[in-house]
Amino acid sequence: MSARTPAGRLGRAALWAVTLAVLLFLVAPIAAIVPLSFSAGSFLHYPLPGLSLRWYREFFESAFWFDSVINSLIIGAGATALATTLGTLAALGLWLARFPGRGLVLAVLIAPMVVPSVVVAVGLLFAYAPVGLANTYAGMILAHTALASPFVVVTVSATLAGFDRTLLRAAAASGAGPARAFRRIVLPLIAPGVTAGALFAFAISLDEVVVALFLAGPGQRTLPRQMFAGLNEHLSLAIAAAATLLIALSILLMATVWWLRSRSDRLAGAADRV
Amino acid sequence: MADAAAGLARRVRRAGLRRRAAAVLLVAPLLLFLLIGFAAPIAALLARGVQDTEVPRVLPRVTAALADWDGQGLPGPDAFAALAEDMREARAAGTLAQAATRLNYDINGFRTLMFATARRLPGPGEDAQAALLAADPAWGERATWAAIRRAGGPVTDFYLLAAIDLKRDEAGRIVAAPAEQAIFRDVLVRTLGISLLVTLLCLVAGYPVAALLASLPTRQAAVLLAFVLLPFWTSLLVRTAAWVVLLQREGVVNTALLGLGLIEAPVQMIFTRFAVVLAMAHILLPFMILPLYAVLRAIPPGLGRAAASLGAPPWRVFLRVTWPLSLPGVAAGSLMVFIQALGYYITPALLGGASDQMISWFIAFYASRTVNWGMAAALSALLLVATAALFAVYARLAGEARVRVA
Amino acid sequence: MRPLMLAAALAAAVVAAPAEARDLTIVSWGGAYQDAQRAVYFQPFMQARGIRLLEETWDGGIGVLRAKMQSGANNWDVVQVESEELLVGCEEGLFERIDWARVGGREAYRPDAVHECGVGAIYYSFILAYDRARITGEGPRSWADFWDVQRFPGKRALRRGPKTNLEIALLADGVPANQVYAALRTEAGVERAFTKLDQLRPHLVWWTAGAQPPQLLAAGEVAMASAYNGRISAANKNDGRNFAIVWTNNLYTIDSWVIMKGSPNLASAYAFIAFAGQPQAQAQLPPRIPYGVPAVGADALIPAEVKPDLPTTAANIATAIQIDDAYWLENIDRLTQRFNAWAAR
Repeated sequence: MSARTPAGRLGRAALWAVTLAVLLFLVAPIAAIVPLSFSAGSFLHYPLPGLSLRWYREFFESAFWFDSVINSLIIGAGATALATTLGTLAALGLWLARFPGRGLVLAVLIAPMVVPSVVVAVGLLFAYAPVGLANTYAGMILAHTALASPFVVVTVSATLAGFDRTLLRAAAASGAGPARAFRRIVLPLIAPGVTAGALFAFAISLDEVVVALFLAGPGQRTLPRQMFAGLNEHLSLAIAAAATLLIALSILLMATVWWLRSRSDRLAGAADRV
Repeated sequence: MADAAAGLARRVRRAGLRRRAAAVLLVAPLLLFLLIGFAAPIAALLARGVQDTEVPRVLPRVTAALADWDGQGLPGPDAFAALAEDMREARAAGTLAQAATRLNYDINGFRTLMFATARRLPGPGEDAQAALLAADPAWGERATWAAIRRAGGPVTDFYLLAAIDLKRDEAGRIVAAPAEQAIFRDVLVRTLGISLLVTLLCLVAGYPVAALLASLPTRQAAVLLAFVLLPFWTSLLVRTAAWVVLLQREGVVNTALLGLGLIEAPVQMIFTRFAVVLAMAHILLPFMILPLYAVLRAIPPGLGRAAASLGAPPWRVFLRVTWPLSLPGVAAGSLMVFIQALGYYITPALLGGASDQMISWFIAFYASRTVNWGMAAALSALLLVATAALFAVYARLAGEARVRVA
Repeated sequence: MRPLMLAAALAAAVVAAPAEARDLTIVSWGGAYQDAQRAVYFQPFMQARGIRLLEETWDGGIGVLRAKMQSGANNWDVVQVESEELLVGCEEGLFERIDWARVGGREAYRPDAVHECGVGAIYYSFILAYDRARITGEGPRSWADFWDVQRFPGKRALRRGPKTNLEIALLADGVPANQVYAALRTEAGVERAFTKLDQLRPHLVWWTAGAQPPQLLAAGEVAMASAYNGRISAANKNDGRNFAIVWTNNLYTIDSWVIMKGSPNLASAYAFIAFAGQPQAQAQLPPRIPYGVPAVGADALIPAEVKPDLPTTAANIATAIQIDDAYWLENIDRLTQRFNAWAAR
C-alpha cells in the first residue's frame, strides 16, 4: 500500500504491534499453564519453586484421572468411527447430485453445530433415559456422533469441492463400475479429507463436556468432565497436567490436519491437471 | 439422428435419476440418525415447554371437577371432595410431589400447602370442605383453586410466559410475574449484553490481525495463522482452566502485577463479569479472525494500491475500499461469535459469579437441580429460536461454503 | 466399505449392551471428606468384597435427587444426604425404606441416626472459619463479626442456598440462638434474614462444594467463610494451614446414607452401609477428618487428641443450634426458589 510514506510506515508498525499483542493474548494463557504443570510446589503462580513430574504422577496414578482418559478414548473412538462413516457417505451424497429438499437436509445435517450445548444435553437426557441409553457408553457415543458428524460432512465436502466430477464419468466411460470407481478414484482423493474429518470428530468428542455432564454416569466419566469437576471443586495442579496433555494432543491433531490439508490441496491440484 | 439424440437424452436423464437416487441413499443414514437421535429429542424437549401433564395425571378428579367451575367465588363441595380423594391416592402412590411441585411454580408455597394438607386429610365420610379449610385457610381463596385449574393441561402457556416474567392471574389475564420470581428478563438482557460485548471485543481485536495477515505473503501469514489456530484447536475447557489459573486471587496475573508493583493488593478478577467476558473473547476470537481473514485475503490488493496512487490517504483507502468490501466477513464473523456466545455455559459457570450466569446456566439449573422441566424447555425454546434466526441470517450472508471450520 | 461394517458392528455391540449391570455407585461430598471415606470405607469395602465401586460427588439439593428419579436416568445407589433431604425424599418416595436387620439393627446406632429411610453417617457443624495467616490480630468471634467489613475487610463465602444462611443472618442480626427458628417461621423473620444478607451482598461469594471454603480461604479470595468444620481441620492437618474455627453458634446437624429407590444394586448397597456402620470402621474416620460418628461403641475407640475438634464435644456443642429439619422440610422449596431469585439478581 502506501507503506513508503512516513505516515504509512507508522500505520503499518501500529498494525504489527496490535496484531502481535492480540496473538500474544491468544496464545499466552494457554502457554502459561504448561510450565505450571511441571511445578514441584502446589501454587498456581510463578516463580516455580522447582521442577518435578509430581502432578503427572498424580494424574496417572489417580484412578479418577486415568479412568477418565480411558473413557474419553472409548467414547472418542466410537463416535469418530460412526461420525466419519455416516458423515463421509452423506458428504458424497450431497456432492453427487442435487436433489429436492437439499437445503432442508443440509440444515438438519449442520444443526448439531449450531444448537446450544445445554439444549442438546437436556434434550438427549430426556430422550435417551427412557430407552436405557443414559449412563451408557452407547448413549455417549451416539450423542457425540451427532455432535461430531457435521464437522465430518463439512470437511469432506470441502475436499470434494476441489474434485472434478468428470473424473467419475471418465471412469465410467472406461468401463469401471461405480464401486470400483469409488475405490480407485474417489477414495484416494478424499482420503486426506476423511482423515481430517475423523480427527475433527475425535477432537470434538474429546472436548465435549456439557452432554457428558448430563448423560454420562459415573462409569463413563470423561476427561473434560473430570476436569470440570476439578475446576469446580478442588483446584490442583493435576488439572494443569491434564491441560498440558490435552494441549499437546491438540497440537498433534492440528498439525496432522494441516499436513493432510496441504496434501489434499496438492492432490486436488494434481487431479485438475489430469 | 433424431432418434439417437432422444436416446442419448433419455440415457442422460436416467443416469441423472440414478445419480440422484444414489445421492439420497448416501445421505439417508446420517439424516435418519440425526432426525431420530438428535432432532426428535430436541423437539420433544421443546414440546415440554407447552405441556401441562402433572396435575391432570396426579389429581384427575379435581381437574375434572374444576373444568366447569366458572372461576367466580369458590368451587362447590364436590371439588373439595375430589381434591381430598386425589390427594389421598397420590400420597399413597408417592406422586403427590409432582403435582405439588408444578403448582408451586405458579404460587410459591403451594408445595408446602399440599403436603401440610395431605398430612391432615379428612377420613372417608367426613366433610371434605370443612376439613380442608381447617387444614389451611388457603383453600378458602379463589387464587388457590384458580392455580389448580390453570395447571389442568393439556397445553399451557405458563412456562413460556414465565420465561419472559409474565403470568396469568386468577381471571386468566396476562400480568407481570411477582418481583421475587421475575428474573428472566434480566437474564435475557444479561445474555444478550455479554454476547454483544464479546462480539465487539472480538471484532476490534480481530480485524487488525486479519487485515495484517491478509496483506502478508502466504507463507508468512501461515506462520502467524498458526497462533490463531492453536487456541482454536485447544479444548474449551483447557482454555477456561487456563483463565481460572491466571485470574485466581493468587494466580499468575495478580502475583505478576504485585511483583511489578503495579497494584498493592490482589485484584478480584475471578468470579466477575470481567473474567467471563475476557475468557469468552479469548475463546471466540479465532471465529472472528478466520472468516475476516478469508474475506480480506480475497480483496484484490490492486484496488487499494489504485486508490492510494490516486492520492487517497491510507485511512480513506480503508474507509472507502477495504472496510466496505470486508463487510461480509465482518457480518459472518460477528454472527458466528454472537451465536456461539449466546449458548455459553461452561465458561461463565467456572469464571463468573452468581450474577454473571447466562441463560444456559438457568436451563441446566432447571433441568438438573430442580425438576422444573417445563421452565428448562421454555428457556431452551427462547435460546434456540434466537440462535436459529441468527444462524439463518448468517447462512444467507455467508453462503454454505463459508461454514468451514479451519 | 470395511469401515462401514466395522462401524455397524461397533454400533450393534454398544447398543445391544446398555442393560449391563452397573457397578455400585456411592455418592458423597467430595474433597477431603470423601478422601477420608475412601480410605476408611470405600477401599476396605472393595477389598473385603472383591467388587468394584464407583464414586460420585455432589453438593446437595433435593431437586438433584428428584431430577435423577424422574428423568428415569438414575445412576446413583447409595447417597449421603442432608437431614432435610432425608425427610423430603422419604416423604416423596425417592428412597428405599431401610431394612434395619440388614445394617446391624437400630440399636447399633445412636437414636437420632435412625430413620425409616436413612442410616446416620456423620455429625458435623457449619462453623465460621478464617485464616490466622491473614487475620493476624484479634480474629472474628461471632456471626455478627462476619458482617463487620470495616474491622475485617475482604469477601465472605457462604453456601449457596437458603439453609444455614437465613439462620446465620438472623444470628448476626442479634436474634438469640434459641429463637432463630421461631423468627424464621414468621414472614417478618424471613424478610429480616434476607435484608441482613442484602447488606453483605457486595462482599459475598457463594460456595457449593465443601472443598471450596478452605480453598477460598487459602487463596485469600475471602477473609471468612461458613464451612464444614471437618474440612477446615483437615486443611490444617493435611495442607499445613493455620485456619481458625469459631464454634460460637455453630449450626449442628447429621448426614445420612440413603439408598435410591429401585437401585439395581440393593444387596451391595446394604452391604456397604452395614460395613460403614461398624464401630471399628467409623472410629477411623475422625482422626482423618473430625466429624462425629453415630455407631454405638465408636466413640470409645476415637483417640483423645481428636476430640477437641469434634462437633459432638461438649465445649463445641454448648452454643450450637441444631438445624431444624421440620422447618426445612416445610420451607426448603419455597425459600430455595426465593433465594435463587434473590441471588441471581
